[in-house]
This record gives sequence, structure tokens and C-alpha cells, in this order.
Amino acid sequence: MSKVLMKGNEAIAQAAIAAGCNAFFGYPITPQNELIEYMSKYMPDKGAFVQAESELAAINMVYGAAAAGARAMTSSSSPGLALKQEGISYCAGAELPAVIVSVSRGGPGLGGILPAQGDYNQATRGGGNGDYKVIVLAPNGVQEATEMVRKAFYLADTYRNPVIVLADGVIGQMMEPVEINTEALPLIAKPWASDGNLSRGHRNVVNSLFLNPVELEKHNQDLRAKYDLIEEKEVDYELSHDENAEVMFVAYGTPSRIVKAAIENLKAEGINACLFRPKTLYPFPYEALKKAAQGKKFVLCAELSMGQMIQDVRLSLEGSVPAHFYGRAGGMVFEPKELVNAVKDHLGGR
Amino acid sequence: MKTIKCVSAGFGGQGVLTVGQLIAILAMDKDLAVSWMPSYGPEMRGGTANCHVVIDAKEVSSPLIAEGITHLLAMNQPALDKFLPRCAEDVVIVTNASLVKNVPSDFKGSLIPIDFNQIAQDLNELKVANMAAFGALLRTMPMFSREDGIEAIIKKLGKKNESLTELNIKAFEMGYAKEA
Repeated sequence: MSKVLMKGNEAIAQAAIAAGCNAFFGYPITPQNELIEYMSKYMPDKGAFVQAESELAAINMVYGAAAAGARAMTSSSSPGLALKQEGISYCAGAELPAVIVSVSRGGPGLGGILPAQGDYNQATRGGGNGDYKVIVLAPNGVQEATEMVRKAFYLADTYRNPVIVLADGVIGQMMEPVEINTEALPLIAKPWASDGNLSRGHRNVVNSLFLNPVELEKHNQDLRAKYDLIEEKEVDYELSHDENAEVMFVAYGTPSRIVKAAIENLKAEGINACLFRPKTLYPFPYEALKKAAQGKKFVLCAELSMGQMIQDVRLSLEGSVPAHFYGRAGGMVFEPKELVNAVKDHLGGR
Repeated sequence: MKTIKCVSAGFGGQGVLTVGQLIAILAMDKDLAVSWMPSYGPEMRGGTANCHVVIDAKEVSSPLIAEGITHLLAMNQPALDKFLPRCAEDVVIVTNASLVKNVPSDFKGSLIPIDFNQIAQDLNELKVANMAAFGALLRTMPMFSREDGIEAIIKKLGKKNESLTELNIKAFEMGYAKEA
């Protein structure tokens, strides 16, 4: 198949359908509306599309559909994701596979509608209650967004866990040539699903309520063991290797591309830098980042926030290499020259 | 190749986003890396629209053009005023001459003023002014041919509005052929 020029939001929706998504529930919010619009047009042929009455309703419909064995998905943007947090915790508690696409914008509160990354903590730490983790994938372009949505369904089914694809407004709104993988994503048996099958002889119950503390502790331990496995197996990152690099940038999503432009500009001025780009934000590539940073003068974490991923970067480095931060917020996007200047400042005005 | 950083800007409704998409399609069909990023949200509601198209050999680094615009299509005066300070020194600027009157006297790049509205009026279809602009803009990008441009119009707009395709192509050719 040849490439087509597609908007990120639409490409994500098409990739989700190609990956076998058969239940979509959403509520409109900029800058991810084209995703729901696409789903409303094409999902009815494949399964269920519901424009819910609220974000809360949408995530709980996802819970219900996932409990019944569907490949269920919802999408939203920052304030909408905030509303979904309770449902995400319930999905994690009931071990339900669910894919949540977050096309983030500026905050806090209603904030603005331009691209931002102030939802790193929201995605990786979550706002729901209890000890739970959500796998978080962070694409840096339209093609990768489609691949990560596909991977999200695979990971959700494999680990029976919610997966967030954390994009930003640029990825949602931008058009790029894309080739969507249309190969069927094999179905993983869901013998636990509450799907109305009476031939099993017992009822499947999907629930996150455990009133017996012994059982609930066991449930928490089982979840922890699952998260350990995810942390062992699913870490993903990209390192633009440069042996001579004296500085290492850390960035994810759209800013990682701006960093690449900054690295080119720095090179022209005789300063070598490299980029470490986490592709999974949970599990975070702690060890790989620490290893990649060894021997660098410092690490510069560039985010479209006032500093969120920098905490994980510092946890990775364990003080072995100095870590600095450069961020813009509210829909303001840094330019390559700002990053160049930040590097030069930290190098001592070179 | 030298990175192309093209901005297409004007009033909402002038079709500047479509011009950007046509260029992006051309680049894609030549197996180049390309991104198309529109203005969206409140910026659109003010009546102005613009898109950034970045073309590179292998990979587009930043899809947002902060500075160093190499090609600018300004369909109105605010578009020129907004993006001129972000242009490279050797920028090529195509302007919609009847709506862009003030170009700073110290401007050093190439200026191609063409009255696209007049071309559209001559064809009795105001909607096709942007196709004339697409033609003029494309001519400033030697990597693409006139035939490439026509093909992109058919690919992008042929199905959507068949009755207009012929006029679209005619306007494109007039814009392409027009000497500034």
C-alpha cells in the first residue's frame, strides 16, 4: 500500500479500527475532535460507536465493553482525561484491556487548546485511586502514532491493563504521509470476559471490589507482579547515538523533533549533542537513560511543561550526571534556537 | 537537499490550507519527508488561517516553522506582516497583489506579486484564486513540475468536486504561467 497524507487524529482512528477496535466511546474536545469524527463515520460498520453524554460516561462504557470482551477505546484531551481518571483506576483494578488516546493541550483547568505536555504526570502517575499503573506510549509523529495505537491494543490485551497513547496537539492536528498496518491483530483469548456465554457452567464476574483485605492485598500483589513484568519487558526508547556528544537531550513527543533540529544547529557551532527519547513513559527507561548519559557534561530535559518528566530523568540519573530543564507551556512551543541557547548557557557561555 | 520551509497564509476561506496540502502531497509522491501543520482553534476564528509545510530528504525535524521560512504565500496583508519577520534572507514570497500592498522597501528576497483574484474573476469563479496561487508558488519550487501540480490537483480535489477540476487546473496553469 502506498502512503497517504493524513491528519494524526484521523490516522490514529483508522489504525485503531485496523487493529480490531470494535467499540469506541468518546466525547468531543479540541484538539482531538477529528478522531471521534472519523470513528463516528467508520466505526458503525465494525462495531459500536457512542458519543457519550460526558467523558465520565465514555470511560465507563469502555469499562463495560472491555468487560464483555470488546477491543474498547476512548479518546480525549487534557481536561477530559482528568474526568476519566476514576474510570481508568476501575479498569486497572478490574484488569480490563482498554486503550485511551490523550491528545494533550495546555492546562491546568480548561487551559487552552494548543499543544502542551503538562499531562505527563497525569498519564504516568494517574489521578485515580489505588496502586495501579497504566502503560503510556508517546509517539513523535503521525506514522508512529498509528503504530503505537496498534501496539496499545496488543499490550492492553496481553496484560489486561489500560494503555494510554499520549500524543500532543501537534500530532493530532498535523498531516504526514502514513502507511497504516492493516494486518489483522490476532485476538487474544479472553476466557475471563463477562460475555454472556452460558456454556461455561460458571459466571464470569468482572469487578474491582474486594471487601476481604486478604484478597485485596493478594490482588495488589498480583497487580504489582504484572507491573514488574511490564517494566522488565516493555521499556522502549530511541537513542540518537553520537560518540562525541558532550550533551544529551531528553525529550518525548513533538519536542523530540524540535530537539533534532537544535542538535543540527549545535553541530554547526561545533557542539555535539545527542537525543534520548523515551517511547514508553511507563515503563520509563530508567536504566537505559542512565547508561546513555554516562560521560556527558549534562543532560537537558526539554518539555512543553514546567517540568514533569525531569523528575523521572533525575530518578534515572541518580545524581551521576547533572540534569537541567528547559520548558515552555500553555501552547507556546520552543524553537530550536532556544534549546541551542540553553545548552550554551549551561556550557558556560560558549 | 535544502529543507523547504513553506508557509501558506491568508484569510479563512481563501483556501490556503488546501494549497499547503497540495504541496505536501507532491512531496509525498516524490518520496520526500513532509509535514503539514495547520493553525487551529482560536487562531482560525479571528479570520486568519495558515499552515506550515516542511519538506526534507529523509526526516522532518520540527513540523513547526519558527524561523527561516524559504517560501511564503501571502494571500493578504496580515499574512505578510505576520510571517515576514520569520523569513530567511533568500525567501521567495508570492503575494496576492490586490490584497498585499505594503512590502517593506528594504525587503531583499524575491517577490512575486500576482493578482490571483483577477485570474479567478476572469474565470468567473472566485473559489479558484488559491489554485492560481498554488501554480505561482509551485513554480518557485524547481523540484516539482507543472505536470506534478496538475496531478496533485486531480488527486486531492478531483473526486471532491469534479465540476470544478477543470477550472482548478485552468487557474493553476494561469498562476503558473504568470510573470510577476
